[in-house]
Amino acid sequence: MREEISDMSEDDETGERARWAPDLSKNRSDDSDSGPGPPIGDSPPPFSDQILENVLENVLEFLTSRRDRNSASAVCRSWYRAEAQTRRELFIGNCYAVAPHRAVERFQSIKSVVLKGKPRFADFNLVPFGWGAHFEPWVKSFGAAYRHLERICLKRMSVTDKDLTIIAESFPLFKDLTLICCEGFSTFGLAVIAERCRHLRVLDLIEDYLEDEDDEVVDWISRFPETTTSLESLVFDCVSCPFNFDALERLVARSPSLQRLRVNHHVALEQLRRLMARAPQLTHLGTGTFRSGAGFGEVDPNLDLVSAFGASRSLVCLSGFREIEPEFLPAIYPICANLTSLNFSFANLTAEELNPVIRRCHNLQTFWVLDSVGDEGLQAVAETCRDLRELRVFPLDPSEDSDSSVSDIGLQFISEGCRKLRSILYFCQRMTNAAVVAMSKNCPDLVVFRLCIMGRHLPDRITGEPMDAGFRAIVMNCKKLTRLSVSGLLTDKAFEYIGCYGKLIRTLSVAFAGDSDGGLRYVLEGCTRLQKLEIRDSPFGDASLISGLPFYYNMRFLWMSSCNLSMRGCKEVARNKPNLVVEVIRDGVEEEEEEEIEAVEKLYLYRSLAGARTDAPAFVKIL
Amino acid sequence: MSVETERSSTESEVSGLDYEETALTLRLPGGTSRVAGSELDRKRGFSETVELGLGSGAPVGTRGVASTDDQSDESPESQASVAEKPPAPKARVVGWPPVRSFRKNVMKSCKLVKVAVDGAPYLRKVDLEAYTGYHQLLTALQEMFSCFTIRNYPDEERKLVDPVNGTEYVPTYEDKEGDWMLVGDVPWKMFVESCKRVRLMKSSEAVNLAPRAQQS
Repeated sequence: MREEISDMSEDDETGERARWAPDLSKNRSDDSDSGPGPPIGDSPPPFSDQILENVLENVLEFLTSRRDRNSASAVCRSWYRAEAQTRRELFIGNCYAVAPHRAVERFQSIKSVVLKGKPRFADFNLVPFGWGAHFEPWVKSFGAAYRHLERICLKRMSVTDKDLTIIAESFPLFKDLTLICCEGFSTFGLAVIAERCRHLRVLDLIEDYLEDEDDEVVDWISRFPETTTSLESLVFDCVSCPFNFDALERLVARSPSLQRLRVNHHVALEQLRRLMARAPQLTHLGTGTFRSGAGFGEVDPNLDLVSAFGASRSLVCLSGFREIEPEFLPAIYPICANLTSLNFSFANLTAEELNPVIRRCHNLQTFWVLDSVGDEGLQAVAETCRDLRELRVFPLDPSEDSDSSVSDIGLQFISEGCRKLRSILYFCQRMTNAAVVAMSKNCPDLVVFRLCIMGRHLPDRITGEPMDAGFRAIVMNCKKLTRLSVSGLLTDKAFEYIGCYGKLIRTLSVAFAGDSDGGLRYVLEGCTRLQKLEIRDSPFGDASLISGLPFYYNMRFLWMSSCNLSMRGCKEVARNKPNLVVEVIRDGVEEEEEEEIEAVEKLYLYRSLAGARTDAPAFVKIL
Repeated sequence: MSVETERSSTESEVSGLDYEETALTLRLPGGTSRVAGSELDRKRGFSETVELGLGSGAPVGTRGVASTDDQSDESPESQASVAEKPPAPKARVVGWPPVRSFRKNVMKSCKLVKVAVDGAPYLRKVDLEAYTGYHQLLTALQEMFSCFTIRNYPDEERKLVDPVNGTEYVPTYEDKEGDWMLVGDVPWKMFVESCKRVRLMKSSEAVNLAPRAQQS
């Protein structure tokens, strides 16, 4: 589901420890237990086998799960071929793990591609600009090979207008472009897509970073075909420049299949009303702002807004609400009971302002909000939204020493009211072990637990103890937990617990935690399903890095920054593991430097069939 | 009574504008010279500001997606790897708390506009939300271009003067309707709301602007 890809960011189905894709080369170290795969280019099978393969292909068409397909392909040569013929979706969790031409050679009938690039810490400015993850080599390979490609979903890739042009030119059946946290393109590229992808159904731009065009903002909205379109989803709240509103209104009017529309902040309520009138069938609406366009004898928008929302009986998901003027909130009361997803995370609301809205949202399953609502606001959520599955509480003031109005008290409320909670992201300044323990007991279905105590090394605010006990309870009691982010004052003991109990954890995020190498060792040795490990500012050194050698082939990547690593340790890892790419990233380097600094500031290592990449900038040293 | 604002920055030669020094960049002037056209030069949108008072030397490598915190470019020492208890007040660290730039930018409600100066080949960007009034804005412009003195006329017209050749510049702006107006004519908040970009226009060319100009 689309929501799951964009929102439940890291929780995709990556292969488990034992499921490393079959290697296509003949000589290979056999760390992985999936065994060598068939070599490419062997002679075609005998006729009788071909019939069997045809039958097999018909069956395998129905196999959709990635994990199942990987398993099927490892059975034997025949199954390998049949699976390759019938795979329709290509998922590549790390664009540098395999070369484009290899993917294209193996899978010839792909219709949908999901491709991920930079490590997640790039979102927080830890990866210097220009690091890589260029879409270009991929789009060129796909363009040549996949005439029937319909869908491209990219996350944290660098995508240029030229790449978008290649998409528009290469895939006559193209339907769905989803770009999440990408950068490098501009409205020029969007215009090309709009104009030339005549069958476009989905154009979802989610938290991308568009290039500044100075004075050359292109009116891309006007470039959609003048005829009725097949658009189902148009999301562009991250496109920060103004756009042609009248053109959008006309576009919406001629897009009868449109279900999801999220506009940017250049839309005021008066305009929103007009859009809603054109598309009463919408299920997902991003309002852009939620304020009046201002003054000068306008008709009171409140009246029309009320009827606009009243007429939108299909709305289940609301977002936007930037620059919110709360006096207009009553307009959404009629549809609150229908909402399953509400994103107030850009709306600076108090508990009083939130209350009348949230009290009507009995069916809410996903709720994103700012900590401005305080513990009191969260209490209202807990008392009303009994069906809540996902909660994200973001900081209004995202700085370390800000005053956050949510604390352990709010977390306690939520744990008591929202027993079905599966996913939580909670920013706060003050937390107690007790509240975390309570959540672990009250919400046993938790799959994702991400707690961010913004002050570094903060202990339990009441007992003064480290937060070890709280996280211990989480990993012990939440038996379905696959993703964990820790914070607060944590000793090695916390990691001992995580390694001991966190057997299903696939993604672990660590910052400013731990005492010694032991901490990291516990995790590497204990978390057998670990795929993605990102660590910053923690005292883990070479010894702990080396202790993970047996496990790195079973992980997608390891990121360590501002830890205690040195070149000696990193080189040893690189030496020992030929199918690992070990990148040392240095800040402030423009040219090759003669002398090497021994301390490693940033390490990014990942398994790869492709070997060292050739597009690394000067500040990346591949060992 | 007009008060001459003392030039706060050191004298610089207006005519010999050091383009490299004043060109749009994310690091302090005087850093290592850029390779023209290199990837690392690409400017980022959004949260760029050109406040030069960053204090400590900014590591060049962190010029990526600029964090909106003006103290996010900090010296390497604050990224100390050992998890010792930092002294208060804490030096800010890159990327902590882990909130994406997109979100930070939205919450900061940036109102970035470009500022162009007649006769100069470069643009700057300023965040109008960062100022509380016209005087602050003009002071910032003055510091930014390092070469103007604010001269206040009795009727509250504001001009910026290039001290080297005496050219007067009038701050003007383009509003949402595309009209060019004099800066200072409307209440500050209205100005912030409607201003799309700012241009320091030579006085001699500013005669055709909004009526107010005729009143002097």
